[in-house]
Amino acid sequence: MLEIRGLTKRFGGLTAVNNVTAKFEAGHINAIIGPNGAGKTTFFNLIAGTHAPSSGQIIVKGEDVTGMRADQIARLGVARTFQATNLFDQASVLDNLIVGHRLRTRSGLWDVIMHTPLLKREEKLCREKAEEALEFVGLKRVAHRLAGDITQEERKRVAFALALATEPDLLLLDEPAGGVNPEETVGLAELIRKLVDHGKTVCLIEHKMDMIMSLADKIIVLNYGEKIAEGTPAEIRSNPLVIDAYLGAEHAEA
Amino acid sequence: MKLLQGKAGWALLIALALVFPYMVSNTYFLSVMTQSYIFAIAALGLNLITGYTGQFNLAHGGFMAIGAYAVGLLTTDYQWGFWTAFAAAGAICGVIGYLVGVISLRMTGHVFSIFTLCVGYIIYLLIEKWEDVTHGAVGVMGIPSPTGFGGLEFESAKGQYYLVLAFLILGAYIMHRIVHSLLGRSFVAVRNSEALAEALGIPLARTKRLAFVLSVIYAGLAGGLYAGVVRFLGPDLAATHHTFELVMFMLVGGIGTILGPILGSILVPWLTQSLQFLQDYRMVVFGPVLILLLIFVPNGIVGTILHRRARRAAAQREQAQAASAPAAASSTPNGARHA
Repeated sequence: MLEIRGLTKRFGGLTAVNNVTAKFEAGHINAIIGPNGAGKTTFFNLIAGTHAPSSGQIIVKGEDVTGMRADQIARLGVARTFQATNLFDQASVLDNLIVGHRLRTRSGLWDVIMHTPLLKREEKLCREKAEEALEFVGLKRVAHRLAGDITQEERKRVAFALALATEPDLLLLDEPAGGVNPEETVGLAELIRKLVDHGKTVCLIEHKMDMIMSLADKIIVLNYGEKIAEGTPAEIRSNPLVIDAYLGAEHAEA
Repeated sequence: MKLLQGKAGWALLIALALVFPYMVSNTYFLSVMTQSYIFAIAALGLNLITGYTGQFNLAHGGFMAIGAYAVGLLTTDYQWGFWTAFAAAGAICGVIGYLVGVISLRMTGHVFSIFTLCVGYIIYLLIEKWEDVTHGAVGVMGIPSPTGFGGLEFESAKGQYYLVLAFLILGAYIMHRIVHSLLGRSFVAVRNSEALAEALGIPLARTKRLAFVLSVIYAGLAGGLYAGVVRFLGPDLAATHHTFELVMFMLVGGIGTILGPILGSILVPWLTQSLQFLQDYRMVVFGPVLILLLIFVPNGIVGTILHRRARRAAAQREQAQAASAPAAASSTPNGARHA
């Protein structure tokens, strides 16, 4: 699904991501962990096209996407969520989601001014996709609530729904359970599992180790921009390098 | 209140605007209103790039001046007909806007605003100093009124009033179409978060450029009408304070709404006019009024009303939903639903 070869990103003198090579299999949950400032979000930014890599290659579904713009990569089926999702707080949740499917439509200014059948069809399609995505993440009941009035956990789910409305194959989730309580975290983990059951591939950054260890098929550990370990949760837990750099003793024993 | 919502509300406003010339006795009020409508068209355009797309453009008054000068110079020095010159004004603004947009929209936030502020000032300087073309400080005189057609004349104050009103209604209608479409949703997505919009597959540069070009075409056409109605132009039209007036109209009325900039363009000049008797002290009153408005009505008049209405509608729809699905509703305490 996603292959990374020798990926490097330098910001001036700082090397944020250093020669990382990795492979993410389709239908798996892949986790990227590491201390703060290890380059995890930069790694996502490179895959999603927000930043162009200094060197290296990114291959999505067999296609070299290195140097493509973020919107082009999104159209190829890579969606992402952010640590914080900026919604238009004065519109309903559903209203916020309709734009999610815009990238699969093609009506332009002319269609808008003339109100062509193409536009009407596509607007209907986008609304349906938004409703579908909302139902998938279990938020149908808040569809008409103002986006500013929903809880943090619901906001996280809306972010998932937005990503889903783009009809992606690969989802990059940046701290999907950041800032929510333990019960809600379990619910979000179930949702991530559900994504994979529906044929999506997931790649996530997370600090909640319990969640990662029970959820991930594969874990990649970054430290100072370099990949220091890769493997199953069991392998990572017993890796001395990882214990030293990130986990500490408590998780090692578990 | 119900009466002022949706289509009925607009119909009522249009009806009021239509009978307005018969309610006022002197043509002074009529011409003040006509000019308000012209600035409303420009403010509608500014609102597209700033209110809906989130790019605070401070060259807008400059583009209005370009449109005005295009009509003024083409009709006097080159003997073009008014309507050809008017169409050219829109086209010229579109082309210049595209070129300015290509460069300026690479910048974001304050940097974009500062850059466009400079662009606006350059436009002013060009108009003032390039005497061979623009007549410099002397200005352009003797601009013809819009040519009449189909039995309509646009020379009288009343004729011009209805002409400008027609353009305002058309402009507002097209703007309504734009902002409530998928295209408008792309603009709003860019405003909310450029990073998120891009991740959703919206091409940032192209989307912002389109919004910018459309917005300055509104400015250009407003300028063209201004030239045909006022019939005299000076470089002052391009001065920065005109841009800030447009910004003020938009903020007072309600940024990111259609009716807001229109209402602001009518109310603010009316307010400053009615404070005229205070002479030099009028700004002492006007300033605090503006500040109070921004503190207590930060979404503008229309924005605040719409927000309240949206919240009420959301509550109603949720209630309806809960009522139609009693199984789901059982988990919601009754008190919460009625709160």
